[in-house]
Order: sequence, then C-alpha cells, then structure tokens
Amino acid sequence: MPIHYGSIIAEVKHTRSNVSVFDICHMGEIIVTEKITDNSFNNILTVDVLNIKINKCKYGYLLKEDGGILDDLIVYRLNENKWMIVVNAGTAANDYEIIKSGLNKKAKIENISEQTAKLDLQGPQSLNIINKIFNGDFNSLEYFSFINHKYKNKQCIISRTGYTGELGYEIYIDVNQCKELWEEILSYEIVKPAGLGARDILRLEMGYPLYGSDIDRNITPLNVNKNNIIKKEADFIGKKALTEMQITDKVLIGFEMESRRAPKNHNKIFINDIEIGYVTSGCFSPHLNMGIGLGYIKKEYENIQNIHIDFGTSKEKAAIVKPPFLKNTSLKN
Amino acid sequence: MNIKENYYYTKEHEWAQINNNKAKIGITDYAQSKLGDITYVEVIDKGKNIKQFEILTTIESVKSASEIYSPITGIVSLFNNKLETNPELINQSCYEEGFIAELENINKDEIKNLMDHNAYREYLKGLE
Repeated sequence: MPIHYGSIIAEVKHTRSNVSVFDICHMGEIIVTEKITDNSFNNILTVDVLNIKINKCKYGYLLKEDGGILDDLIVYRLNENKWMIVVNAGTAANDYEIIKSGLNKKAKIENISEQTAKLDLQGPQSLNIINKIFNGDFNSLEYFSFINHKYKNKQCIISRTGYTGELGYEIYIDVNQCKELWEEILSYEIVKPAGLGARDILRLEMGYPLYGSDIDRNITPLNVNKNNIIKKEADFIGKKALTEMQITDKVLIGFEMESRRAPKNHNKIFINDIEIGYVTSGCFSPHLNMGIGLGYIKKEYENIQNIHIDFGTSKEKAAIVKPPFLKNTSLKN
Repeated sequence: MNIKENYYYTKEHEWAQINNNKAKIGITDYAQSKLGDITYVEVIDKGKNIKQFEILTTIESVKSASEIYSPITGIVSLFNNKLETNPELINQSCYEEGFIAELENINKDEIKNLMDHNAYREYLKGLE
C-alpha cells in the first residue's frame, strides 16, 4: 500500500466528503473451524466468540499471559462452527501460532492471508458504489455486520466496518480477483484511491489506536480503558493477570494542540514543568485545522485538561479531549 | 520542475530573490513537491539575526518536519504571516505568495555560495 497517490490531505478530505478505496491486502486473515461443543477457541481471545451472532463481527484482543496486548483484531462469525479473525500484518504469523497452540486437536486453523485480498471502500458515498458493483441492496447491512456475496461467481465477504470513521465497507476477496475489483471500483469517477498516509490521519481523527504505535505488548486493555469490551464469563489468555490488575500506571488520552503543529511519536507530555507522559501518535487534522494526538499520561493526571507537548525546541499548549476528535461523521448513517 | 530565473538557490532547496540589500526567501518547487502537503510553518520573529545556512525555521508537512536554512546572512524584516493559517500557500505558489520571509542588511558577498537558476537546474538533474 503506497503512502499516498498524490496529496495526503486531498485523499483525507475526499474520503470524508465522497468515497475512497484503500488497498489493505497486507492485513492477515485466519480461519478457525471448531464444533461449538468442543469449545477451545473461546478460551483464547478477549472476545466471546460463541456470543457473536452469525454474520456479525466484534473487536477484541489477543493478550499475553501478563495481560499485554499481542494484537488487536476483529472476529467474524462465518457460521455456527467457523470464524475469521482479521489481524494486523506484522503480528499475523505470531497470532496464528498462539491461537493454534490454544486450540484442541479437533479444531482446524488456517492462515489464509496469502490467498485473501482486502479492499476498503470508505466514505459517505460508499453505499452507492457497493450497491452498483455488487448489484445488490446493502442499505440494511448494519455496522459491524457482514454478508457473503459473489463477485464474478466467486465468494467474497462484504463487511460494514472500517478504520476511517465514515460509512464504509471492507471487502475480503480472492487475491486473483483483486486487481479486477480494484479497477472496477476506480472506474467510478467519484472514487479515488487513498494511501497509508490518509488512512493514518483518518483513524487518528477518530481516535482509533494503531497497533505498534499506540498499543503493543507492554500495554494492557486497562491502559486503553477498554475493560468494558473484555468478556466476563469464558476464559482467555491473560484473564488471571487482568482480573488481578487494579490500578494502571498510565492511561491513553487524546489531545488537541492549540496550533497546527503535528505532535510526533515520543514527544514528551508536560503539565507545567512536570513530565507526565509521552505521545504515541499525532498528525495535523485537515478537518479541525489543528494538531491532534494520542499518548499516555500517568493515571493520577487523567482528569486534568491543559498540558504541554515538548517539541524539543519549544513546548506548545494542548488540551486533553475525549476522542473521537471529529464528530458527526457518516459512520452510522 | 519550476525554477525561477534571477533567483539564487541552496543545495537544501531554499531560494533567495535579491533586491538591493534585501532578500525574499522561500523553498523551491522541488522542495515543496518532496515535502507534500505543508501543514505548519514556525513563525520567525522580526529582528532576528540569521547567518547564512543557519536554521531559519521549521516546516511540517503531512510526511515530515524539516528545518529550513537561510540562503544568506541578514536580519528578518518580515515573516509571511499568511502562512500561519494557510501554510499550503507554499505548495500552491512557492516562489510568490508562499514565500517565507524577507531579510534586510544582507551580506551580498555570500551570493557566491549560492547557485543561479542554471546551476540549480543541473544540480536537480544530478538528484534524479
């Protein structure tokens, strides 16, 4: 996936006003098949996979025994006994091994990342394009739902999900059909290609964390205030550590700069002269005309508002805000 | 790549337009195209003394943050304050509306350390 196809800012704006297509083929896809009575898959991830309805998907984590996040992922329930786990590219191979080692012998697991392409169509106009290309009526497809569909007589999955905060669809398709679909999508004049640079700004404007930048194996779901999405009943790797954990040392925050400066990974966060944390992601938001960022601060400071970001040569004012930074998008239209 | 005649250029892709003892300063078309969408230019204080090839300001684009060096010694007499709210002017018009600053009391002897438009064009060819 290229960083951009011309102008990153133009791509960000086009996604929020019209529709863009993103080549996300690098993501990993893992299929798990297991009879629900065997029930080993539900003891691995923080998502209650048995409680996902068929044709729905859920966001969750694969943790280490100590509660550190090995990956954030989305689990799709394909049928009663079959799930697809969509994972980050860099972590896919390790995720596969860990999930495999947690499954009992009757369960089947397959890494289909090499055969699976993924194109994301994102933006308020994405529904019109999806309806035209797949010759169907996707109006009733709800957020975090998907359907199996055919493209040129081959199966694909169309999922009402995304990483931009706009109405959008993620299409999982056979790798051999990807080029044809990409070209068909771009044959509609309103659709423009967008790259990794735009994707990063779009996700940051929504305050979505990025694995490897904002979350990693040294961060737990408590640090990112996501304890509410962790299942309560069934077991999962890291459950013991997580239930015993009471107070977290640091918490993820979002903040807005007073200026247009883009905070950078590792910039330090101050309150007056006291260093209280560090930045993990930042960018200039073209829709808010200001710098925005995510970072960690010591938990004892989580209720303060005014902070400073240290750019090395100067410290600049910022205010802690609760993401999403950008409200009223087309996400749930 | 747009290169202006009668401007002088640095290897770091800044330009200077000399007019008596004053110089207008900015970055070249090559520089703005490499930086991509420019989102922030650090304000330069009027009256600041700056030496040739010293850091004049910092420019941020969606891709990176870059230090901008002064092509010539002088005193900052004007910062283009339109850049505070519209830094994209550098992308749109790097030699005119998107200039960065004006210097006065410049040291004209230092022009010999800069490239003219022909030399800069040749220099760019070597970078391709």
